[in-house]
Amino acid sequence: MSFTEDRLSPPRALPRILQGLDSSPGPMDMLRHERVHGPLPRLSPERLIDVVERSGLRGRGGADFPTAVKLRAVASRRHMSALVVNGSETEPASLKDHLLLARLPHLVLDGALLAARAVGAGEIIVKVDQNAVDPVEALEQAISERDSVEMPISLAVGPDGYVTGEETAVIQFLNGHPAKPRFVPPRPFDRGYRNRPTLIQNPETLAQLALVARHGDTWYRELGTSVDPGSVLVTISGAVAHPGVYELAFGTPMLDLLQAAGGGTEPLQALLVGGYFGTWMPARATPHLHLSREELNSAGCSLGAGVIIALGQSSCGLHESARIVDYLAGQSTGQCGPCVHGLAAIAGAFGALADGVAHGREQDRLLRWCSDVRGRGACHHPNGVVRFVESALEVFGPELATHGAGPCRSRPAGLPLGPQVGWHST
Amino acid sequence: MTTFRETAKLRVNPIMCEAHGLCAELLPELIRLDDWGYPIIDVDGVPPELLGLARRAVDACPTLALLLDED
Repeated sequence: MSFTEDRLSPPRALPRILQGLDSSPGPMDMLRHERVHGPLPRLSPERLIDVVERSGLRGRGGADFPTAVKLRAVASRRHMSALVVNGSETEPASLKDHLLLARLPHLVLDGALLAARAVGAGEIIVKVDQNAVDPVEALEQAISERDSVEMPISLAVGPDGYVTGEETAVIQFLNGHPAKPRFVPPRPFDRGYRNRPTLIQNPETLAQLALVARHGDTWYRELGTSVDPGSVLVTISGAVAHPGVYELAFGTPMLDLLQAAGGGTEPLQALLVGGYFGTWMPARATPHLHLSREELNSAGCSLGAGVIIALGQSSCGLHESARIVDYLAGQSTGQCGPCVHGLAAIAGAFGALADGVAHGREQDRLLRWCSDVRGRGACHHPNGVVRFVESALEVFGPELATHGAGPCRSRPAGLPLGPQVGWHST
Repeated sequence: MTTFRETAKLRVNPIMCEAHGLCAELLPELIRLDDWGYPIIDVDGVPPELLGLARRAVDACPTLALLLDED
């Protein structure tokens, strides 16, 4: 029997996740949430995992891992501790998870409840950053509106910092340690919160899951492509008229996303795809790009947590990249030598190159350091920085010669370095 | 004709490592140091003839950061 037979009358197109989001401030309360989305269905664990598997849903925190595979792996463990909603959105250019938690917390909590039931977790913990004032307030209100008897839900407010959202750092924090990554294995699904198997999920993944459970996999696949089904939240910022969070179908042309964001405020020279661990794509490639995991992966980049930054022609890619590398190097948690020393050296060399004050073989040293540092941290922080540096050199490297001739007179792009608050959505 | 299987793998716990450098001293065949004295393991598989030296390097690490996973 097809799952679609008992679905509610579903919304046909977009918005899906952002349905019901209006201009009024504050979170959607339980009453309105149920009016918009209908009641939460009761599915057996097997049935839920099956429908998630058929939907093709993948994790939206940046790792792209198939959600059903993760659910199934954890469901087979005994003594599960908790389902952790990882609301630490520490990527400065990403705002979609904060938007969901601040405005549509019940959809995320619906997904958390379904996933927790499916894997046999006894409680839900929502981890958020202390700078995320609106999400914290919204979650407190939303949690108070829900039945806590079957499934206790608690809020854990942690410190800011680029690496604090890394999943082992989240577990360390919940276990009472500093919010820094730990050496793996063991992974959280083996030993996590209270040293028990723990499932960690991104808020958007859970919100998508809540819709898949309500409407079924066939509905989910009505949008997107066969390889990348469904819709995705994208945070677009930089040189566009209306930066913010947009929900689009996978496979949507990049130009349509730019248009949705009001178009460029000036001619664009490049897009940064995937956030600060991401890849620069020269603007000439944009007409051929789509919001497709498959396509972006084969082009050597990744959508990450759905982050796109547009760089205008009046800004300098080298200069902006140097600022980002410097910021990222400073975000090392200081645990691993290659990250502490290597990223500082990389940031210094990249900055010297961008400022035109590097000496002869600086670029060779920079490339050697990049290759030396890759894979040598407890977490992926050094790998992400190296990937960004190599991409910046590939796209903006040809400009190094002109930078040697004098100071850079570009206009600062104002790309965020640190927690963002107060962006508008759609 | 059978080939040797490299079943043992070397890895470093980068959080524990404090760049004492003994490992590269004792096992230069497999371990080199970066510009700051931290070990780089380019190929993690340990050939059978180096297994004894690898175990010695592991034992010598003052912070127990060098690990040898033997099946």
